[in-house]
Amino acid sequence: MQKIISEINDIVQDEALGKGSIIPYFEEIQGRFRYLPPEALILVCEHLNIPLSQAYAVATFYHAFSLRPKGKHCMNICMGTACHVRGSPQLLDRLETKLGVKAGSTTRDKLFTLETVNCLGACALGPIVVIDGEYSGQMTPQKSDALLRRIMRSEEKEQRG
Amino acid sequence: MANIISPVELDPFETIQEAFKGPDHPSITICGGTGCRVLGSEKLSEAFREEFNRQNIQATLDFDIKTTGCHGFCEQGPLVVIRPSGIMYAHVAAKDVPEIVERTIIGGEIIDCLLYMDPQSGEKIEHEQDVPFYQFQQRVILDLNGLIDPQKIEEYIAEGGYTALQTVLSTMPPEQVIDEIKASGLRGRGGAGFPTGYKWELCRKQPVDVKYIICNADEGDPGAYMDRSIMEGNPHRVLEGMIIGAYAIGAQTGYVYIRNEYPLAVKHLREAIAQAETNGFLGRNILKSGFDFSVGIKLGSGAFVCGEETALIASIEGRVGEPRPRPPFPAEKGLWGKPTNINNVKSWASVPIIIKRGADWFANIGTGTSTGTMIFSLVGNINNTGLVEVPMGISLRDLIYNIGGGIPNGKEFKAAQIGGPSGGCIPAEHLDVHIDYESLSALGAIMGSGGLVIADEDVCMVDFARYFMTFTQEESCGKCVPCRVGTKAMLSTLERICNGEGKPGDVEYLIELGEEIKRASLCGLGQTAPNPVLSTIRYFRQEYEAHIIDETCPSKVCKGLITYSVIPENCTGCMVCLRDCPENAISGEKQKPHQIDVNLCTRCGMCKSVCKFDAIMVT
Amino acid sequence: MIHLTIDDKSIEATAGRTLLEACRENGIQIPTLCYHPALEPYGACRLCVVEIYKEEQSSRLVAACAYPCEEGLNVKTNSKAVQRNRRVVAELLLASGYDTPEIVALASEFGVKEARYKMPQADSCIICGLCVRACKEIVGISAISLINRGINKKVSPPFEETSPTCIGCGTCVLICPTGYIKLRDVFGSHSIHRYSSDYDRAQCRICSDLNMSSKFNQLIEGVTSDAASYGISGDQNG
Repeated sequence: MQKIISEINDIVQDEALGKGSIIPYFEEIQGRFRYLPPEALILVCEHLNIPLSQAYAVATFYHAFSLRPKGKHCMNICMGTACHVRGSPQLLDRLETKLGVKAGSTTRDKLFTLETVNCLGACALGPIVVIDGEYSGQMTPQKSDALLRRIMRSEEKEQRG
Repeated sequence: MANIISPVELDPFETIQEAFKGPDHPSITICGGTGCRVLGSEKLSEAFREEFNRQNIQATLDFDIKTTGCHGFCEQGPLVVIRPSGIMYAHVAAKDVPEIVERTIIGGEIIDCLLYMDPQSGEKIEHEQDVPFYQFQQRVILDLNGLIDPQKIEEYIAEGGYTALQTVLSTMPPEQVIDEIKASGLRGRGGAGFPTGYKWELCRKQPVDVKYIICNADEGDPGAYMDRSIMEGNPHRVLEGMIIGAYAIGAQTGYVYIRNEYPLAVKHLREAIAQAETNGFLGRNILKSGFDFSVGIKLGSGAFVCGEETALIASIEGRVGEPRPRPPFPAEKGLWGKPTNINNVKSWASVPIIIKRGADWFANIGTGTSTGTMIFSLVGNINNTGLVEVPMGISLRDLIYNIGGGIPNGKEFKAAQIGGPSGGCIPAEHLDVHIDYESLSALGAIMGSGGLVIADEDVCMVDFARYFMTFTQEESCGKCVPCRVGTKAMLSTLERICNGEGKPGDVEYLIELGEEIKRASLCGLGQTAPNPVLSTIRYFRQEYEAHIIDETCPSKVCKGLITYSVIPENCTGCMVCLRDCPENAISGEKQKPHQIDVNLCTRCGMCKSVCKFDAIMVT
Repeated sequence: MIHLTIDDKSIEATAGRTLLEACRENGIQIPTLCYHPALEPYGACRLCVVEIYKEEQSSRLVAACAYPCEEGLNVKTNSKAVQRNRRVVAELLLASGYDTPEIVALASEFGVKEARYKMPQADSCIICGLCVRACKEIVGISAISLINRGINKKVSPPFEETSPTCIGCGTCVLICPTGYIKLRDVFGSHSIHRYSSDYDRAQCRICSDLNMSSKFNQLIEGVTSDAASYGISGDQNG
């Protein structure tokens, strides 16, 4: 915890982020921790001298920010129109069933966070899934099974050491 | 604002142009757009370099290996074009590289199996310029996308970049720049189509010293990605347009508000800003003209509504992206309360072209009231998916069949959805419509930001409308009642219809609600949100009625109205569907026809997609 | 002075006035919900829509609370289009407010008895934002804000816990048009239902109201003597 606070403090003191808006701070913090710890909201508000209620409104309004820690692996399914007509709903169905969570939540073992995004702009390759920043195009439910299996195998290997 | 024109420094141009080898220099251009990257194009430039080193030919052949912006023909990626001849290879993999170097670069022959095949004629096409997808386009804004390395300002300058800025700063007073943009007829490319020159003039006239300009790159329309491609492939042209605009309007600071879902575009823009600063195109005393202007980047944080001007401003100011009532318009009271001019990426990118080639030239493209070119992202059920730039006024039929190559798998065209979640559907009977602002709006669609999604006969229009409503309902900021509650009410009604629970009067309710949401909503999001529903009712009312009265989904899409079953004659009992069914709803033995338990079946379609024997029937 | 026509009457208004203000000054009734004269215009409830006609443009609906008076503007405050629109908006308010007497009464004023679409959960908060704006613009505390987006938007203190910054002044309770925010006052302990921590009830040092929270008195400690010397103290009997 102490370490988190000191890291947040480093970000808060970063002058390049300016004094105008909380959003660049949130972006930095979200980038570093993949969520906004409550301490971050409080420290940024103190630094910028704005009410905490405003920061909380911003943190809950924008989809890029999350107030809960994310799983080890983030799966993002593109729900853009082009992906939709090429079958992204079936893909999402499949991943929700396989992972046992609904879009927007994290598995109980904290291994996966399943999310949707409204168009990544790679429409020619739909449906698209992004796992930990890596794009996979022309996905099918079968291919998504294979992707999951691959991650699970590497996780098992890691656990065995 | 100084109106006095002082001599402009020419140095950066001369030194850069001398150092650069010129556009006709032999090069291998590899598409580095997001689409081709996903398909593995990043490995290609490395592979080409390695192969050149291995064969030790760099010194003798003097070929440039360039990663360029998006070529547009994403379906065929990764794309490699060898210039100046224009030989185009599609679906290139790293393993193909040694052969390309050996046979094409050194040997000068064409590798047949890497060529693109026209799906209409079945012919292989050797050169990029002969591919129908490019042949019928008029690439004005995207012209340099496949040619230059977007990370090098020298390449943009060598192609005539920043000369429009030089002309403006050395010969044109701000009013003349505005007159030129007015004369060009350029209308805002973000969707609404407000004349750009008049918008600038309104902002210029404000008796305030501090002014801002903003480039709206919050491309949120699902299914449109041309703004991303321009910023990735030619960021300097956007910057040049902004600098010229800032000079005309009298702004000292500009921002690019860009989606954080576009990391590559952000990177290229950041680099471009730094290079422009180093070369004296941005910063203090630009080209020694006395004009100061700087550009910063603001990241969007995942809210579609921030494409609306006042919400965008709220977001830059660090607040929740809620629109506010207009007037006052941003031109009067915008960012931090100062006059602010906001234009879309494509509008800014058009500016240097208008200055360079003249307002008349630009105005001669397109139709009387819709001038210039428009970029569409042609996606969905279409053979040639990708970005296309065409003159305004082109017919939808030409766009779909000549450029897009028609509908795949021999299916019938059903509708073109244009303008995304704010737009509408155009059915087959209007395929000959000329695409301009007025004609589209007469048909209940809008130009929007250029998303063009093609739906074939298998797309259920009620489900399609439900999809867009889900989107807008999720993206509504929730401030005003009609949009917050109204979109939810429309969505719930559509969901009921799709689940087979529709009742008589639902369609009339959707129309009444839709019309009033359009009239009453606070901002553009709510004012256009009902369009996809209203336009599908207008052209495909019989599909709605089939769902409600006959309780069938004619396209066999809506889960509440279909059942999956096995055709015993076709089923070989291979057990594949049985194993893959996520609900274990399929039973049966090896080599005997399987059965689907309709009570367990969730109609996910998995069995149909894995069956190799066409033994799954949807009714 | 600006000249405009409202409901076929020629009207003069000072520059900067909104259509709503001009109407009310001239005795023309316009229904409102999210409007309050002490707060900045917000334009969210859309009940105050009026139809405006500008030369050569087709008519459109605008929120009277936020639209400024413009020279030569022709305004209809009760046209067919306006009535139709208010009816639909009232019906949408009823979608979640079907258990709230204030909303039911308002809807029936527009002839709406039943909402064709009902939210699964009744809710008397209509997201008019009056409490949030009063807390910010009048009280200056910003203890609460509108959180989340779209249909999930709601009024809440940070982290959806009781707010340590709320002073329990009760402004939000007074300004809430539907009775959603309540003052809870049990055994001398005082709190704003859902928002503030419990505070001891105390007598206000300025106006001697008995329903003030002790936190509020602490906050105004420094200013009371000044206030008293300017004669604005309500505690005249000392």
